[in-house]
Amino acid sequence: MSATGIGAAVRRKEDHRFITGKGQYTDDISRPGETRAVFVRSPHAHAKIRKIDTSAAQKMPGVVAVLTGEQLAADKIGHLICGWMIHSKDGSPMKMAPHPAIASGKACYVGDPVALVVAETLTQARDAAEKVAVDYEPLPAVVDPAKAKAGAQIHEVAPKNTIYEWHLGDVKAVEAAFRSAKHVTKLDIVNNRLVPNAMEPRVAIGEYDTGNDSFTLWNTSQNPHVARLVIAAFIGMAPEHKLRVIAPDVGGGFGSKIFIYPEEVACLWASKRTGRPVKWTSDRSEAFLADAHGRDHVTHAEMAFASDGKILALRAKTIANLGAYMSTFSSSVPTYLYATLLSGQYDIAHIYCEVDAVYTNTVPVDAYRGAGRPEATFVVERLVEVGAREQGMDPAELRRKNFVRNFPHQTPVIMTYDAGDYNASLKKAMEIADVKGFAKRRRDAARNGKLRGLGYSTYIEACGIAPSQAVGSLGAGVGLWESAEVRVNPTGSVEILTGCHAHGQGHETTFAQVVADRLGIPIENISVVHGDTDKVQFGMGTYGSRSGAVGISAIVKALDKVEAKAKKVAAHMLEASESDIVFKDGKFTVAGTDKAAAWGDVALNAYIAHKFSGQELEPGLKEGAFYDPTNFTFPAGCHICEVEIDQETGETRVVNWTAVDDFGTVINPMIVEGQVHGGIAQGVGQALLEGAVYDKEGQLVSGSFMDYAMPRAENFPPFNIDTTVTKCPSNPLGLKGCGEAGAIAAPAAVINAITDAIGTEEVTMPATAQTVWAALQKANRMRPAAE
Amino acid sequence: MYAFTYHRPTTVRQAANLLAKHEDAKLLAGGHSLIPVMKLRLASPPVLIDLSKVEGLSGIELKGRSIVIGAMTRHNDVARSKELQEHLPALAEVPAAIGDPHVRHVGTIGGSVANNDPNADYPAACLGLGATIVTSKRKIAADDFFTGMFSTALEPDEIITKISFPIAKKAAYQKFKHPASGFALVGVFVSKRASDIRVAVTGAGANGVFRVKAFEEALAQRFTPKSLDGLSIKPDGLNSDIHASAEYRAHLVGVLARRAVADAVKR
Ligand SMILES: Cc1cc2nc3c(=O)[nH]c(=O)nc-3n(C[C@H](O)[C@H](O)[C@H](O)COP(=O)(O)OP(=O)(O)OC[C@H]3O[C@@H](n4cnc5c(N)ncnc54)[C@H](O)[C@@H]3O)c2cc1C
Repeated sequence: MSATGIGAAVRRKEDHRFITGKGQYTDDISRPGETRAVFVRSPHAHAKIRKIDTSAAQKMPGVVAVLTGEQLAADKIGHLICGWMIHSKDGSPMKMAPHPAIASGKACYVGDPVALVVAETLTQARDAAEKVAVDYEPLPAVVDPAKAKAGAQIHEVAPKNTIYEWHLGDVKAVEAAFRSAKHVTKLDIVNNRLVPNAMEPRVAIGEYDTGNDSFTLWNTSQNPHVARLVIAAFIGMAPEHKLRVIAPDVGGGFGSKIFIYPEEVACLWASKRTGRPVKWTSDRSEAFLADAHGRDHVTHAEMAFASDGKILALRAKTIANLGAYMSTFSSSVPTYLYATLLSGQYDIAHIYCEVDAVYTNTVPVDAYRGAGRPEATFVVERLVEVGAREQGMDPAELRRKNFVRNFPHQTPVIMTYDAGDYNASLKKAMEIADVKGFAKRRRDAARNGKLRGLGYSTYIEACGIAPSQAVGSLGAGVGLWESAEVRVNPTGSVEILTGCHAHGQGHETTFAQVVADRLGIPIENISVVHGDTDKVQFGMGTYGSRSGAVGISAIVKALDKVEAKAKKVAAHMLEASESDIVFKDGKFTVAGTDKAAAWGDVALNAYIAHKFSGQELEPGLKEGAFYDPTNFTFPAGCHICEVEIDQETGETRVVNWTAVDDFGTVINPMIVEGQVHGGIAQGVGQALLEGAVYDKEGQLVSGSFMDYAMPRAENFPPFNIDTTVTKCPSNPLGLKGCGEAGAIAAPAAVINAITDAIGTEEVTMPATAQTVWAALQKANRMRPAAE
Repeated sequence: MYAFTYHRPTTVRQAANLLAKHEDAKLLAGGHSLIPVMKLRLASPPVLIDLSKVEGLSGIELKGRSIVIGAMTRHNDVARSKELQEHLPALAEVPAAIGDPHVRHVGTIGGSVANNDPNADYPAACLGLGATIVTSKRKIAADDFFTGMFSTALEPDEIITKISFPIAKKAAYQKFKHPASGFALVGVFVSKRASDIRVAVTGAGANGVFRVKAFEEALAQRFTPKSLDGLSIKPDGLNSDIHASAEYRAHLVGVLARRAVADAVKR
């Protein structure tokens, strides 16, 4: 391993820029003649818009335009779409309701944009927005997903507010397995709704160039090319080649910046109408109402066991709340990203899952760190843990008994696990967490009036999505390959162009490490270019822990081509046969001789083309590749959480955290550790603190940081983090992905630990002090302080 | 934020005159309660009178059997005050538990007390110690000062100049943080000064900070946590929201009061 190659904990190259305040975020960009946009948003969850009077607003100082949904429709701007088709059990397609960028006729959630004010300054736009008079006729709001089918119909296309009633698996086989079971564990689970809260709120700048009749959109996007495709092909703003999308530095996304949002469309449209660049910057309060939320499942799940603890079958019925409109990938999250993971790390012969997706008068719900897989892991890991307790078995032992051991392993829910060693990560985690010493720690805690509990989560996820053919057959509207281009400059330095997008993941470092490792050149001589549709030809963006497994694999494929071409050049330079050229450690040599050419010389010769005929060999050294994976990747591991609960107040403190993950090959252990830290923090946030709460009228009660509790450093102990490695067999470097693991694993580990401590399973997320206290009260099991 | 006129007087008298002259004018101290609501356009004072250059408004002084703190004294300075560590450490605990370092370096005691947020920490200390709020016009006993949620006995043109806290031998503050905001979901300040025993509760009451007479009477028998065993307050009239029901808050008042007394008797 070299100091900067694969496996080295190289310091992040991009951090100098970020920590010295030199990052270029969208809001840092100001265009000549720029105007500022403010959206007027519906204060009602569900209301008819009788009339919008913009006349007073138009007269306000500095106002350039006040625009409404009617004008948007008149200009034939298309609707936002959901790009993943799901069919119901009965074969009918999902019921996608029209979603205009600015509501017209009807508002469907608190925050739904109903008008757009464009003014010279932000303050002027805000002042004028207050003068837009909207006459609403409030309608009954549908808020609770479990009752959505009986609520007032929100969209004409969706009777009973039902988007689809989908299922996966063999129901008959599952029923038969349940009939033969010795024990059945049943759970009702609510997977709480979350607000993503990336550090940088969303921003969009639309600019129309009258000279070229073309648009530029600067936005906070995780996938600028997909944004361009959708805005061109479906929304019809401009032909694809007349729209450039630039997503510069982006301050976190967690999924919420994958989607194509109304504000981006509206700013582009408004820039053409006004002839001025139009910039919108979300403030934090607005982000709570305008960024897609995550999770929000209501599930009943059951697990059937044989007398020896072997899992026979699992069944789950889930209601998924997709909010007021179908966001870009919303339909896939509670289906193919969820039910396909219900086998967990276990060999379960029969699984059946039904998912009803419903509309409610709430902010649209879509993918959020983990997307479907945290929900699946929570179902499986809670069932296994509770199942063990109910049968008087050790939860680790029950897991071990049921682990998949032979690979490849075909689950009954589509996935083919390719490699893993689940026992190895469990074993290592148990050692690090000192599970043996837990009984003593529990007794010591009891002496201080505290309840200690220990919880496992042996999770699996499917990442690197995924083979384009496979996702196409499951309904995806796009392929999920990735592209890369390796541009070698005449001096030998290298630019990597990637279709992935970095917004905190450290691609500028890890991608460069792969290239440095391969070409034997210093990491400083490599730069990574991403996020601009004029620079990178096409790409699918970053989410689903795909940038390593798919994005880097594309780079490796392009590097293969670069090396092949460079060898040809070297062969001419060294007057040897191409097949005798060996490339190692940045040097080309002729096998069996001491003739050699350095990387830089070969690069220069490729461009000056003095040593070969341009007819025989093309000058230059630049290669591109598209990499389409052959399978998902399957990161997996074991997290163990230990909590201590103050039984008087119900307050939970996480006192110990152990994570042993199998991410396949690790390129930069420091960056991977950071990803695990962040993931755990978000998962613990979901388990203990975070929860988006709506009241009966559909107002978001937890609409600011005063009421929406984000995790803070003080909520965590130092983490014990380690890895085990089984390489992914389907991609060249053996990468699996690490971005979501923590968020997927953590919630179940926390709740398993809390329920272990308090001796009752009736704890919902977020398990706040009050929730735990109430559960303790209900169970009436206050143990004496000194047991 | 809406536009406003800004004044920066240098004496209390000038500030008071400006306040009297401009209807709906607001004093600006640390700005950590006022500015956020202005930014959200929930408050729009036409005139702001900045107290930051007014002389003689900050500092901590030992005066006889009292500690006197200037209205513009920052939370951090109170938390780290040598005088308080020596004579009244319980009072230093209160600002130490406020917000984060940024807030503590900017927010002031006068601003906090004048604001009387029902979840703020200082009101519990004022009531729990029987403090005297000194203004540009008069002296007001804490018992008469806090009149309800975000409301006080201050007249529109009255300025808090300092707050005088009698030194209590035994005192302590217990705060249970609101999981999101970090304010007091419930906070209890207890003190014993000769026969004056006080239990003041913030965060729980729908009308802001209040005293718990039943607890005080029980503690008058004997100032020990045991005296509070089995005692609780009724949830009626307590705040209830997504973070804590009235029942839970009532329960916390009992728990925190016992813990505060336990801390106080250790002093
Ligand atoms: C992120 C954050 C976290 C916080 N956490 C906590 C917490 O945990 N606990 C807590 O108690 N507080 C908390 N606060 C509030 C903080 O303590 C404020 O600083 C304090 O409440 C107000 O003090 P200020 O000096 O900032 O007053 P300002 O915001 O300037 O003023 C507040 C009000 O008091 C009036 N006023 C100010 N000074 C005087 C005076 N001398 N005489 C008369 N009226 C006056 C003003 O006109 C205004 O109406 C937090 C604030 C923030 C932003």
